[in-house]
This record gives sequence, structure tokens and C-alpha cells, in this order.
Amino acid sequence: MAAMVHLEGLRHSFGSGVNRRQVLQEISLCVDAGEVVLLTGPSGCGKTTLLTLIGALRQVQEGSVKVFGEELKGASRAARLKLRRRIGMIIQGHNLLRCLTAEQNVQMGADLLQGLSYRARRDRSREWLRAVGLSDHLSKLPHDLSGGQKQRVSIARALAARPQLLLADEPTASLDSHTGREVVELLKGLAKDQGCGVLMVTHDPRILDVADRLVQMEDGRLSKGAFAIE
Amino acid sequence: MLSRIWQGRRIPLAWLLLTRQPVRLAVALAGIAFAGILMFMQLGFRDGLFDASVTIHRLLDTDLVLISPRSSSSVSMAGFPSRRLVQAMADPDVEGITPVHWNLLLWRNPDTRSTRSILTLGFEPADPLFTDPSLTPKAKLLQDRGRVLFDELSRPEFGPVADWFRSGRTVESEINGKKIRVAGLVGLGTSFGADGNLLTSHETFLELLPNTPPGSIEVGLIRLRAGADADSLVERLQRDLPDDVSVLTKDGFIAFEQNYWRSSTSIGFIFTLGAAMGFVVGCVIVYQILYSDVSDHLPEYATLMAMGYRLPTLLGVVAREGILLAVFGYLPAYAAGQGLYLLVRNATQLPVSMNPTRAITVFILILVMCMGSATLAMRRLGDADPAEIF
Repeated sequence: MAAMVHLEGLRHSFGSGVNRRQVLQEISLCVDAGEVVLLTGPSGCGKTTLLTLIGALRQVQEGSVKVFGEELKGASRAARLKLRRRIGMIIQGHNLLRCLTAEQNVQMGADLLQGLSYRARRDRSREWLRAVGLSDHLSKLPHDLSGGQKQRVSIARALAARPQLLLADEPTASLDSHTGREVVELLKGLAKDQGCGVLMVTHDPRILDVADRLVQMEDGRLSKGAFAIE
Repeated sequence: MLSRIWQGRRIPLAWLLLTRQPVRLAVALAGIAFAGILMFMQLGFRDGLFDASVTIHRLLDTDLVLISPRSSSSVSMAGFPSRRLVQAMADPDVEGITPVHWNLLLWRNPDTRSTRSILTLGFEPADPLFTDPSLTPKAKLLQDRGRVLFDELSRPEFGPVADWFRSGRTVESEINGKKIRVAGLVGLGTSFGADGNLLTSHETFLELLPNTPPGSIEVGLIRLRAGADADSLVERLQRDLPDDVSVLTKDGFIAFEQNYWRSSTSIGFIFTLGAAMGFVVGCVIVYQILYSDVSDHLPEYATLMAMGYRLPTLLGVVAREGILLAVFGYLPAYAAGQGLYLLVRNATQLPVSMNPTRAITVFILILVMCMGSATLAMRRLGDADPAEIF
């Protein structure tokens, strides 16, 4: 089976001239369908930049990034946007829409699906909220939710759009160990049942065991030990 | 079909963005409503002025009107030989004519003794003047010399003439220093040019204005036979009569008067400018509100873009916010406009009222205002960078 994500010789830098700073150097990595890959490393080592590149949020500068077999280097805005609809992103921080309830926020994800009735999309949203344990908080605004609850809404929103690839930035950071565990199991189950690829950036040592593969990153490089591409 | 659209609906993001910030929404709606009210008032005054300037013109029982080409408006009518009217009578399509004197004279308030200009029409009491048949019996009263019919809708500055007359008092006053007596009351209405109206006989008029050249009148009314074509007769008369008269249809006479107020005075311009200022103020307010709304939600818009929402979809959200603001800002403006028109009508006797054209015009202006501002605010959306959300 072709890899969902295939990186080859990826380099990326910010700034120009003397301020130029290389954040990614010669990254090569594969994520297959149904695989859970955990990416760890000290902060500032370029993990998030890597996620934005794979998530088609940033122009690729050098090297090759193939997602679902499509080359992202030189891809047009429209092509990248189309691709993003197939990628679920779970982002740290408060990126929920403040004016929408938990349920409506999740439905913003479900609304991206074509050809489903309003009722079907709403039911889907509720299901995912139940799956992340928020069925009692459907009509609460983000303002009234705790950090962990917000994080779970964000996860439900990403999953409601039926992604084929999931990129998660510290999904368990603001969750207690029990819920964190549940969420990670949920993501793992998704990968196994629906053949979804999962790439997760994490510092959380408690969840390392769910990984099919562990990748270490340091100073813009993947460290030797985890460099294996089959 | 309808159910499919209903089932295809999305989260009403524009509506929720607006309504979940009630204070900001209230400020925006107040601003839009204020701009709308300003436009309603200024345009209302302007149209009211143009309508009011032809109060008398509309009442005239006539198909065609002869005036001097030197006349510029109802407040400065020049004379022309009444012979021309008689010549027009020769045309087989003409059924009847009424020569009319038309001038502003100085009326002395019988109560305070101060003087004020009043529009005075002089005509043969036997001739038809107004379409309203109730004038005919009253016109007979003018056959005695020095008698006038007073317009009871005149502004109160002319004195309590109507009250005195109704209470049975003999009301006498002076016009241009000559003594006259009020023989009856008529209801005509004021206009911007004339605060009050007076009707009198041809003979009395000449006594009040002895310097009028003999055989000179200011307005000639021409009534046509049923089925005659007014426009072709205007052409024929204009061709056959000398250049010292202009031939107009009744509508043309009304347009002539309105055109004077519109183009030869700054009044139309001033009110239009007032409305334009309301428009600009509204634009600034709506732009401010929408711009800060987009700015505040920029990270959220960026998140939506990262999720795969297309930019046009997000622009559509801002556009819908604009439309919603326009609709909900217009409603209070319309209601307040109605109320203020009533107030103005009672205070000034000017025919200011809501008409469908103006209601639609103001709505379109508000819509343009909101959509224009929304379009400007949309440029801010270009700053939303989905790569910055991590």
C-alpha cells in the first residue's frame, strides 16, 4: 500500500539573509494508513513546522512532501485547500469558534462533508461529542468549558469531518491521565478501524505505548534511531 | 426541493457571530438606524418640498397652461398679453379658457397689523379655476368689489382669519394698503413658495395692483375637448402663437415649478447632501463594526481555512453579516421615519410622508452601505494565515 505521507529530503527555513534560520533539515519520513506515529522532541525543534507542512498549510520550500500520493511542493492554493479537507487537525490552544456551542463547533467540521443532510451531520457531531465524553455539554459555549473539554471538542471536530489522515499537536496536553488515555485509544481505534493515518506530536510519556512507531526529532532532524523507513 | 435546501443548510455562522455579541450588534444597529433615519428625513424633506411647491398647481382645472417665458416660478410670474389665450380659443380642440392673475401681495394680519406675502390668484368668478366643485358657489361671493376668499390652511402668521370668520365676525384687512373683506374660506394648502393663499376676482386684483399693464395676465388655463390630444395641441399652439408665451401641459407646468426648486435653488442640493452625509456616517459605522468583528475572529477564520473552508465561503459569512445588519438596521429606521414624518406633517403642514419609492430607495442605500463596508472589511480576511494557528 502506498504511504499516506511520504517525506523525502524536506528542508525548511524562516527569514532571509542573516536572519535566515533553518528549522527542518533533510527530513524523510513515512506514515502508512492505519499507522499511529508519535513524534517527540524538545520544543522548538521544528515539530510544529513539520505538521503545518504535512497539513498543507504552508508552501513547501525544498524537498518532497507527498500526501495521499499528491506532491505538495509547488501545489496551488486550491489544491492544498482541497487536500486539507481530507486531513483532520487537532490543534493545541483555543481555536474553537467562540460564538458557537460545542455541538455547533463540531458540526462546522461535519458540515465539510458533502451530500449529508443537516440531521445526519448533526447526529454525527453529537456522536463524536459523546465519544469524547461531552454529551452533557452539547450546548455550552467554549467560554464555559474547561481547557480539557475544549481540547476534546477540538478532537471531535477534527474527527467529524471524516479525515483520512490525522495530525495532532499535543492532543493530551490539557487532559488528565484518564481522559488522555481515552482520547488516545479513540484515535488509535480510528486508525485501526478506518485505515486512518495518525501523526501525533507529544511530550506525554504516558501515551507512548499506543504508537506503532516512535520518531525522535532534534534540531530539525529526525534522530538516527527512529529514522527507519521500511 | 425545499426540504433538500433545508437539509443542506449549514450552521448560520453570520447570524451567530452577530447575535452572540449583543452590545456590538446594538451599537451597529443603532448606527445604521441613525443613518437610515437621517436619509429618510432629508429625502422626505426634499420630496416634500417638491410636492409642496405645486400644491396649487395640482388643483387647477386645466389641460394646458400658458405662461410667459420670462416666468421662472410661482413666486416670480411674469405677465403676457391675455390676447394669446383668446387666440388659443380659436383652435377647434379648445373647449374653454380661464385667464388668471397670479402674484404675491402683502397681506396685513388683522390681529397684529404686521404684513406678510400671500399668493393671490385673480380670476373671473364665473370661470372654472379648480377641479374641486365646492369653489363654484363661493366664487359668486367675489362678484362684489374688494372681496377675497381666504385659504384656511394658510400658516397662522396671517392671523386668526378662519376662526374669526367662522365665529361670524366680519374680517377686514388690507392688501397692498387697500382695504378688503374676507367673503369666505377655501382649503388649498401651503407650499414652500407661499405660506398662504388668497382668491379674488379679476377686478379686485387689478385694484390691489393698479400698475398691472392692461390686458396682461400671468397664467392662462386651457381646457380641451374630450378626446383631444394634449401633446399635439401644445406643439400646434407653440408654433402658431408668438414667442411671448410658453405652452405647457398641466404636468409640464407642475414639472416647471418643481424644476425651479430643484435646480435653481440650493434647497434640493442641501437635502441631498444631508442624505449623503447620513450615508457616509452609516458607512463608517458599519465598516468599523465589521472590520473589528473580522479582526477579532481572525484566528477562528484561520482555523476554518485550515479545516478546508474555502475563502469565498468565509467572505460569504462577512457578506451575510452585512445583509443581516442592513435588514435589522432598516426596520427601526423605517418605523422611526414614519413617526417623524407624522411629527413634521403636524408641525409644518408640509406633505411629507413615507412613499414606497423612498422606502425602497433608503433600503437600497442601507444595503449598499452595509455591503460596501463588508467588502472593505473582507480585505482583512486575506490576513488570516492558517499556518499560524498551531
